[in-house]
Amino acid sequence: MRRQLQIRDRWEEQRLVISRLVFTAVLVVAMSGVLVWRLFQIQVSHHEVFAELAQGNRMRIEPLAPTRGLIFDRNGQLLAENLPAWELVAIPEEIVDLQASLQALEALELLDPAERGNLVDAVNSHRRFERVVLANLTESQAARFSARRHRFSGIDIREGLIRHYPYGDLTGHSIGYMGSISAGDLERIDRANYAATALIGISGVERSYQEDLHGTVGFRQQLVNAQGRVLVDPAAVGASTDSMPGNLDTRWPVPGKNLVVSLDIELQLAAQMAMEGLRGAAVAIEPATGDVLALVSTPAFDPNRFASGLSYSGYRELETNPDKPLFNRALAGGYPPGSTVKPFLGLAAMNLNALNPDDPTYCAGHYSLPGQTHQYRDWRREGHGLVDLHKAVVESCDVYFYRLAVNMGIDAIDSSLRVFGFGAQTGIDIGGETRGVVPSREWKRNNFPRREDQTWFPGETVISGIGQGYTTATPLQLAHATAVLAAGARLKPRLVVATQTAVSGDVVRIDPVRLDSLPEIDARHWQRIREAMIGVTEDPQGTARLAMLQAPYRVAGKTGTAQVISLAQDEEYDEDALDERLRDHGLFIAFAPADNPTIALAVVVENGGSGSGLPAQAARRILDVYLAAEDYG
Amino acid sequence: MARRLFLDAGSSQAAIRNPFQGRSFMMDLPLAISSLAVCALGLVILYSAADQNMPLLLRQGVRLSVGLLAFVVAAQVAPSTLRMWTPWIFLASVGLLLWVLVDGAVGNGAQRWLDWGVIRFQPSELLKLSVPLMIAWYMHDRALPPTLLNLGVLACIIAVPTLLILRQPDLGTAALVFAAGALTVLLAGVSLRIIAACGVLALGMVPILWNTMLDYQRARVLTFLNPESDPLGAGYNIIQSKIALGSGGLFGRGWLNGTQSHLEFLPERSTDFIFAVMGEEFGLLGLLFLLGLYLVVVGRGLYIAAQAQDNFGRLLAGGLSLTFFLHVFVNAGMVCGLLPVVGVPLPLISLGGTSMVTLMAGLGILTAIHGNRRLLVT
Repeated sequence: MRRQLQIRDRWEEQRLVISRLVFTAVLVVAMSGVLVWRLFQIQVSHHEVFAELAQGNRMRIEPLAPTRGLIFDRNGQLLAENLPAWELVAIPEEIVDLQASLQALEALELLDPAERGNLVDAVNSHRRFERVVLANLTESQAARFSARRHRFSGIDIREGLIRHYPYGDLTGHSIGYMGSISAGDLERIDRANYAATALIGISGVERSYQEDLHGTVGFRQQLVNAQGRVLVDPAAVGASTDSMPGNLDTRWPVPGKNLVVSLDIELQLAAQMAMEGLRGAAVAIEPATGDVLALVSTPAFDPNRFASGLSYSGYRELETNPDKPLFNRALAGGYPPGSTVKPFLGLAAMNLNALNPDDPTYCAGHYSLPGQTHQYRDWRREGHGLVDLHKAVVESCDVYFYRLAVNMGIDAIDSSLRVFGFGAQTGIDIGGETRGVVPSREWKRNNFPRREDQTWFPGETVISGIGQGYTTATPLQLAHATAVLAAGARLKPRLVVATQTAVSGDVVRIDPVRLDSLPEIDARHWQRIREAMIGVTEDPQGTARLAMLQAPYRVAGKTGTAQVISLAQDEEYDEDALDERLRDHGLFIAFAPADNPTIALAVVVENGGSGSGLPAQAARRILDVYLAAEDYG
Repeated sequence: MARRLFLDAGSSQAAIRNPFQGRSFMMDLPLAISSLAVCALGLVILYSAADQNMPLLLRQGVRLSVGLLAFVVAAQVAPSTLRMWTPWIFLASVGLLLWVLVDGAVGNGAQRWLDWGVIRFQPSELLKLSVPLMIAWYMHDRALPPTLLNLGVLACIIAVPTLLILRQPDLGTAALVFAAGALTVLLAGVSLRIIAACGVLALGMVPILWNTMLDYQRARVLTFLNPESDPLGAGYNIIQSKIALGSGGLFGRGWLNGTQSHLEFLPERSTDFIFAVMGEEFGLLGLLFLLGLYLVVVGRGLYIAAQAQDNFGRLLAGGLSLTFFLHVFVNAGMVCGLLPVVGVPLPLISLGGTSMVTLMAGLGILTAIHGNRRLLVT
């Protein structure tokens, strides 16, 4: 740039800058004036208001946990309650040496050394001034700690409530248990309402009725500083009231609702005892309402172990147990229904006019598809001779149902089983249910990745007739379907039948839910199939005759045996030669009294052999207890 | 006094006699006494605000000593020498800003600090000095008021550091650096029409600026407009500081007796919100006394600007004084809810080193400008 010689009026420039300086000086004075005016407003005009607010500032709202609702069985027996308990808590900011403290607590056998890592994480990641529960203590543990409390800075015990299940492992798979609130739970719940709550329902009724059971959080105001350190707590012992502002407010929490469940704990106990030492499940349902009277999955587990804070090693032990006590077989176990599927198929075939129940067919002990040499065997090698529907159910003739299945075709089998609730969740009001499988062409297409596996073979239709092959059902589904046979109507299985408001004691009954999937079925067809099932327990050739011998009530039942391994064409099933876990599963379904059913049930015993053995015997013991109790009641 | 015409920008040293010849130490008593009084008051308040944390107070004492050293040293630098260095000072400080963006330490979600082991400082604070310096340097050789071309260059001098600081992001310091530059340009005699045009342009920029702001910055603006809307979140600071000020009343609750401050309700009470602690414990009267001291500093600075003998001195002294005042106004305005919470420290009082040292150096420059006046021989 070319530098030009420039004429500058320096006086003019000086005057310009000075005039601007004067202007800005006026601005400075004006702005200071605004500031002073504002400060005057705040500090003098509104002094009283802010002085009051400064008082209010020192109050903190401390959330108070509501008491969880109680759970009763149908006869008013307490199944879940809250007991006072001692919690060992850490106050993170007061702990000097966390590792040393935990080690000393382990030496006193108050903590599990395997838990150390988790506890260190919990203490280090907690919000300031919030307490971390290290463990729940028994009374003697609490006493042991109290005597040495002075040695532990930042560790204290406090009183709390612990969930307790008086019947222990009787209710683990139905009522469920409690555990820590997970990140996933936080997404679902109203966080404000859980401000004081540490545990949440993890499974069963405790989980699905969590909101009802939980109640509404309360609060208490405390005198604190802004970081939450409590300076004066009106509830603390020895707090002098004269140093406290009078307006410390408290809103007590609203306890959760009590629940009445459909279980009959006496029956539950009988069922559990009947299944003692077996792997399997038993489900009993009241046909008229869908009420689940008993729900057993064995081996069971004690939910109290979770409520009091199950240690990691304890959990591992439950997890890795080969008998899988935590697995809810009643809801999630999928078993081939075997011959228990026969009454349903017979009823459906009659209704579809695919079968005349009086037409006899000859059973030679095996069946072959036209044009094929492969033989589908009957469980009785020599065959049943001339068989009609009644005899086919009573003696559980396989050949009869091979033919029936082929006549119906897989599509009709698929749709007729679904109307009884197979192949879909029953909709029971607790979680963890699986759908089971009702196979069809479509199901095969959708569930096999390889193209060559997706074709439906006629042979697969044949074995569907006896509930083998791909077909699986849960014990709950079987009990539900049996209740449908008993009532001639479908009612959604349920556990919770009423809620009770804790304070007023008002009980609200919940109406049973009727499901409309059943087609019109002729009353004579119902009658036929029920009579055939009565024959199972009463006819001389009935497969469950021995188990139900001399019962003081009439039982309609059906046995089932499900293969765990398939046998080669000419192989013999030899129970003793087989590994225990490869033995057949035994199943039994029944309802009673046969002419006016008040209970329908399904029993599955894993590797229990024939359904006419252990499962039918277990069912007998359950029915005896329930129907005897009814007589006296 | 007669008007004299000078040719070009070249100085005619021969006609000038330095009345301070032979004096080796420059000090301006009104400036020194009022600013030291502010510093002393600051330590007293900080003692209370920091819960009588002695080590923390000692560290602030060290920073204060460094600040005083900067004051004294800057006062001895002749303005002509300073003017020579100005471009390098400016370039160096902008370079440090770039360094921060590339390799700065992160704190509070922003990258503002340079950590050199022994010292850790915020280069953005330096720009509060170097931007007015650079503007004064640029306009010194040029006729006032600046031409449009000059204004374009000045706009760049202001915009580059402002944008770099916004990138950190540090809205408060960026706004202050911008204001420091704009005020200096205002002193240079920009015509009112251009100021009006800039005002309109600025209003037009508001939507664009809004879109580039980060969420926390927007939240600050919104809660400034209605702090009650988010009492436990972003509006907490303003509400708490107003309560602190208001509960102090006319006479205050007394030193060390502020409940807002000591029960830890008031956030940032040693730094950005220390004005509220002062208000709670010493009341309106205490704040008026403090404001009075600040106004003495600012007024003395503006007087020095008016007395300065060249445009460099006038613009620089005026710009630095007004920036100092703006610091006070923005911080106090923020604490009493007049302005958004933008994180500007209270001059010479808030905990923090870089701000203390640069402000003190600025006061030193004022002293030097005043001390190096030369009598014109007519």
